[in-house]
Amino acid sequence: MAEVSFKGKTFEVDEDGFLLRFEEWSPEWVEFVKESEGIAEITEDHQKILDFLQDYYKKNGIAPMVRILSKNTGFKLKQVYELFPSGPGKGACKMAGLPKPTGCV
Amino acid sequence: MAKHATPKLDQLESGPWPSFVSDIKQEAENRAKNPKGLDYQIPVDCPEDLLGVLELSYNDGETHWKHGGIVGVFGYGGGVIGRYCDQPEKFPGVAHFHTVRLNQPSGKYYTSEYLRALCDIWDLRGSGLTNMHGSTGDIVLLGTTTPQLEEIFWEVTHNLDTDLGGSGSNLRTPADCLGQTRCEYACYDTSALALEMTREYQDELHRPAFPYKFKFKFDGCPNGCVAAIARSDFSVIGTWKDGIKIDQAAVKAYVAGEFKPNAGAHSGRDWGKFDLVEEVVKRCPSEAISWDGSTMSIDRKECVRCMHCINTMPRALRIGDERGASILCGAKAPILDGAQMSSLVVPFVEAEAPFDEIKEVVENIWDWWMEEGKNRERLGETMKRLSLQKLLEVTGQQADPRHVMEPRHNPYIFFKEEEVPGGWDRDITEYRKRHLR
Ligand code: HEM
Ligand code: HEM
Ligand code: SF4
Ligand code: SF4
Repeated sequence: MAEVSFKGKTFEVDEDGFLLRFEEWSPEWVEFVKESEGIAEITEDHQKILDFLQDYYKKNGIAPMVRILSKNTGFKLKQVYELFPSGPGKGACKMAGLPKPTGCV
Repeated sequence: MAKHATPKLDQLESGPWPSFVSDIKQEAENRAKNPKGLDYQIPVDCPEDLLGVLELSYNDGETHWKHGGIVGVFGYGGGVIGRYCDQPEKFPGVAHFHTVRLNQPSGKYYTSEYLRALCDIWDLRGSGLTNMHGSTGDIVLLGTTTPQLEEIFWEVTHNLDTDLGGSGSNLRTPADCLGQTRCEYACYDTSALALEMTREYQDELHRPAFPYKFKFKFDGCPNGCVAAIARSDFSVIGTWKDGIKIDQAAVKAYVAGEFKPNAGAHSGRDWGKFDLVEEVVKRCPSEAISWDGSTMSIDRKECVRCMHCINTMPRALRIGDERGASILCGAKAPILDGAQMSSLVVPFVEAEAPFDEIKEVVENIWDWWMEEGKNRERLGETMKRLSLQKLLEVTGQQADPRHVMEPRHNPYIFFKEEEVPGGWDRDITEYRKRHLR
């Protein structure tokens, strides 16, 4: 496992660049990851999705289903991909600090 | 000289069947020689390290791939299966060993020109190893590194006009039997349907939006050469409505021994002279066939279109002219609540381009399942949990005896409130006026 440093913070990550521990998340993490996820600037819309993912994860211990993400944030899947080019799993969940999606991906 | 000793794998080079070990060694040697002078974009010894890690797994009886892996290309939520070796120091050539799924053509027909161009891309940017094809149908490019993913994607889309296949909680790559391209049993153009559905639902294929995975498969007739009934959530199987066409002269030719039964499929053994009564008439599951010694006839109302008689006498018996397909839903592997084959939902549907009737059924099912399906619940499980009746309702199907093998034997029957005179709102005091406690 690798360790990355950015703006005075260090983060432990896996090969896919996901945080190993949700508790290590900080706003600097988002700044650090955004380029590799094809995002130039974090807008309010990005933030809204990241905030929802984090709230949902804290409350339920899992990432929300895509449908629930869309319903709660009001963003259609198409818009989610416009904001996060690699999608809600690899893009948004990674930036929000959630654990890596698993299963038959 | 090979990089790793592989005594166990070496044993798999003997025997008559094509050896995957010999083939991988050949590719390893080819890369080491590099006759084309390629500037390999991933470790040249990738196939050797693959054999090394495989030999280690043969010794340990354990896999040496880490759990999971999330990689991909921008714009898509699937298509690449990320994978990392759990002994990267020992086998650096397969530290990254991601699999790329490419969408294959209907029926898997190729030109050598196309395959050469594909191999050129993969030789440079991948391991040189493939799977032709994955069980779902995709061309599988087996083993590359993360930085090569966008490079490969750029090349296959710009130079080969080829897209990625599906993975994740979405529509996976559809597949079909070769259908009318070279089978006289095909009741509709399976290739056209597979292509049309793949194109129509690109968005659903590339960006996971479903509760779980969903597969389409298209068989041209009940023989099931792509196994749609067992391996797809949405199985379309060709059939016909009118009678089987009988060529009496050809029937006689079978009886006379001029034509071989089953097109000679059993010629490896002496089964005696063809016996029409024993091999066809008595084997018809509906006893719908009669043979008076010179004329064969079929009671079309009783025929269940099982294909047996046609399969046995293909030159004498042909599918009918009023063709279409049946739609069956819900097939899945055992996880979580048991294996399922698809269940009949639409007994007969038109199957002509642009296939709007079939698309309507698909979209009605998705509207329902996307809303009601639980996280990681296959359509077949949603059907079990919420009932076949619900599926018939959302697809606008009138319930019909063909929807069941047999009626239920338990009396736990739900009624809709509006079907019952008086409804469910009852007053116990009214009841007590007639029945004292
Ligand atoms: C019109 C009146 C009644 C109706 C429609 C009725 C209906 C039923 C039904 C549908 C079952 C389930 C059968 C099954 O599991 O396959 C059942 C079981 C049973 N009923 Fe009734 N029942 C009636 C009256 C009564 C009365 C008056 C009693 C007792 C005083 C009674 C005692 C039982 C018992 C003990 C069982 C369980 C039998 C078993 O599981 O082996 N029932 N009844
Ligand atoms: C020690 C006393 C009792 C025992 C051990 C007992 C045991 C059982 C068992 C094992 C069942 C079958 C459950 C199943 O199939 O899932 C059952 C069902 C039933 N019992 Fe009892 N029972 C007792 C007393 C009673 C009494 C006193 C009544 C009524 C006055 C009664 C009425 C019923 C009924 C109506 C059912 C059917 C329930 C259904 O099918 O949903 N039982 N009982
Ligand atoms: S499923 Fe039927 S139509 Fe398709 S190839 Fe097999 S026999 Fe022919
Ligand atoms: S297709 Fe099957 S059911 Fe129909 S007549 Fe032939 S053998 Fe009998």
